[in-house]
Amino acid sequence: MDTTILTSIFSASIVAGTPLIIAALGELVTEKSGVLNLGLEGLMSIGAITGFVVTNHSGSPVLGVLAAMIAGMAASLVFAIIVLNLTANQVATGLALAIFGVGLAAFVGKPYESVALPPIEPLHIPLLSSIPVIGPALFQQQWLVYFSWLLCAGVIWFLYRSRPGLVLRAVGESPTSAHAVGYSVLTIRYLATMFGGAMAGIGGAFMSLFYTPMWSEGMVAGRGWIALALVVFATWRPLRVLIGAYLFGGVMIAQLFVQGSGLPIEIPSQFLSALPYLATVVVLVIISRNLNTIRLNSPVSLGQSFRPDA
Amino acid sequence: MLPRLEARAEASNAMRYGSPLLAVGLTLIGGLVLFYLLGRNPLHGFRVFFFDPVHDLYGISELLLKATPLMLIATGLAVGFRANVWNIGAEGQFLMGAVGATGVALLFQNSQSALVLPLMLIAGAIGGAVWAAIPAALKTRFNTNEILTSLMLVYVAQLLVSWLVFGPWKDPQGFNFPQTIMFGNNALLPILIPGTRLTIAFLIAIAVLIGGYVFMNRSYMGFQMQVAGQAEAAARYAGYSSVRTVWVSLLTGGALAGIAGMAEVAGPMGQLTDHASSGYGFAAIIVAFIGRLNPIGIFFASLLMALLYMGGEQAQQHLNLPPAIGQVFQGMLLFFLLGADVFINYRLRRASLAK
Repeated sequence: MDTTILTSIFSASIVAGTPLIIAALGELVTEKSGVLNLGLEGLMSIGAITGFVVTNHSGSPVLGVLAAMIAGMAASLVFAIIVLNLTANQVATGLALAIFGVGLAAFVGKPYESVALPPIEPLHIPLLSSIPVIGPALFQQQWLVYFSWLLCAGVIWFLYRSRPGLVLRAVGESPTSAHAVGYSVLTIRYLATMFGGAMAGIGGAFMSLFYTPMWSEGMVAGRGWIALALVVFATWRPLRVLIGAYLFGGVMIAQLFVQGSGLPIEIPSQFLSALPYLATVVVLVIISRNLNTIRLNSPVSLGQSFRPDA
Repeated sequence: MLPRLEARAEASNAMRYGSPLLAVGLTLIGGLVLFYLLGRNPLHGFRVFFFDPVHDLYGISELLLKATPLMLIATGLAVGFRANVWNIGAEGQFLMGAVGATGVALLFQNSQSALVLPLMLIAGAIGGAVWAAIPAALKTRFNTNEILTSLMLVYVAQLLVSWLVFGPWKDPQGFNFPQTIMFGNNALLPILIPGTRLTIAFLIAIAVLIGGYVFMNRSYMGFQMQVAGQAEAAARYAGYSSVRTVWVSLLTGGALAGIAGMAEVAGPMGQLTDHASSGYGFAAIIVAFIGRLNPIGIFFASLLMALLYMGGEQAQQHLNLPPAIGQVFQGMLLFFLLGADVFINYRLRRASLAK
């Protein structure tokens, strides 16, 4: 295999993994505060269509990404009000958000089905991008790819090195004690949920602006759910989210390469397309079979409502 | 001063049944606002969406036709949701039921036997149950989260259907459309009301609702599963098997979703196509909640959701709006219901001035 193919496989895997990283890191912070937001698929769909519409009208992908972020925050605010103030079941509300978001995106996006955006040029990082093989793969990427790395570093620093991060984790582990010490559990959970929504929005915008510069109904295609699985796979550790996302990206890209390579392999394309979903199931099995890895790492109060005056 | 929530001494029964009505009311208001924002006359939009679809007998028969799969799937899901088993993959189980039934129909396409239909029904139920058995096995054996696994299998089922109708099962005379041949008369469900498309699957759905009611409220097994859902520790202490709860929940949900899939291909569709489901598997999740996980509630919630589907189609034809507006209403309804449920356990109080 010559090096250009290798480079493009690496490069494409990183691109495919990026929306997963951004959305999953946001969800990780949300879950660390004890809130389980299953609505990621809906949030990403809302982000994808918002980013597309705004970029299409303004001509600026930066504005598009910002708008997608705000849209993700607005939608997760609705979720937060229902589960935090009104103490509704988080699983059910998350599912409602997923169904609602996918529907809303399809509704808003209908007139944009045949619109295409001009492709966005990748950002070359001088010097580093001239390293053979990995240079072009790692350092000739869209700016959101670099953002995803900074985000990962930022989340690690925030959760494990900063005081607010410590408080957030304390709220996720034991809301009652955090409340007793004087922290506002609801405020912290609100902020964490909004952050998760913002990141899911950006992840969605990456899909419709950079991954495939177009909108089509159902284009998020389960990536929100895969991002949720990724958080479990990473056992709530940010760096493992990064690694996991690139593995999934690799699986997604591998099937595209096999389909496009003209290799004498007689596999129907649908079977190859099913691989990322099957890989998710397999990975979940491998992680979940050891009860201790899940129990030790998942935030203790995950998915439970908390009322300060109760 | 802002009003604040105060815990009720006892959960309010009136609100338990009142909150779905409140949610419906809020959704209707939301609908009026939405039509207004979209620049449509709200009252006209309202009429097109909620009244026109069911103003004659044919419309009502179509409503029952669309409600049928929702009743079947939601009853199965409610059995699991009550026990805290979250089968979110009914959409995939529906498709696999359709695949199973289609397999039988294609196998016996030249047969005139009266056994073809019952066989299709069984194959449909098995198809759905097998697909649901995968998350059940993974959950009981490896502790894998059934929400994520059942969902991933939805995408796999969609791709499998796509492969079948583009590949081995493609109608050779179908002008390359991704669909199978039209089923013969022996593989189609009998029509219930002449002149409409409503099949006897509606009666099956009613029977399932009644059976579901008896199972959930009158059987010992149903009681055990409910305890498992509400107080896991108590269920373990009483020696109820959580493994059995998971299996019964998922197999029931899968089999009923599979039967719904069979009823769709052997009913209004008459063939398997690339888009065999209209999102019934996901809509049924909303139906189960709006119906309070209770068969009587599910009956009415199914009719309501079916109306939202038909309203979406009407809005497309007469208001020039995308049919996904129906989905928007469906999601909005569930949001409002979950929010309104707070009043079951809390009451609204104006905060006193002195604190």
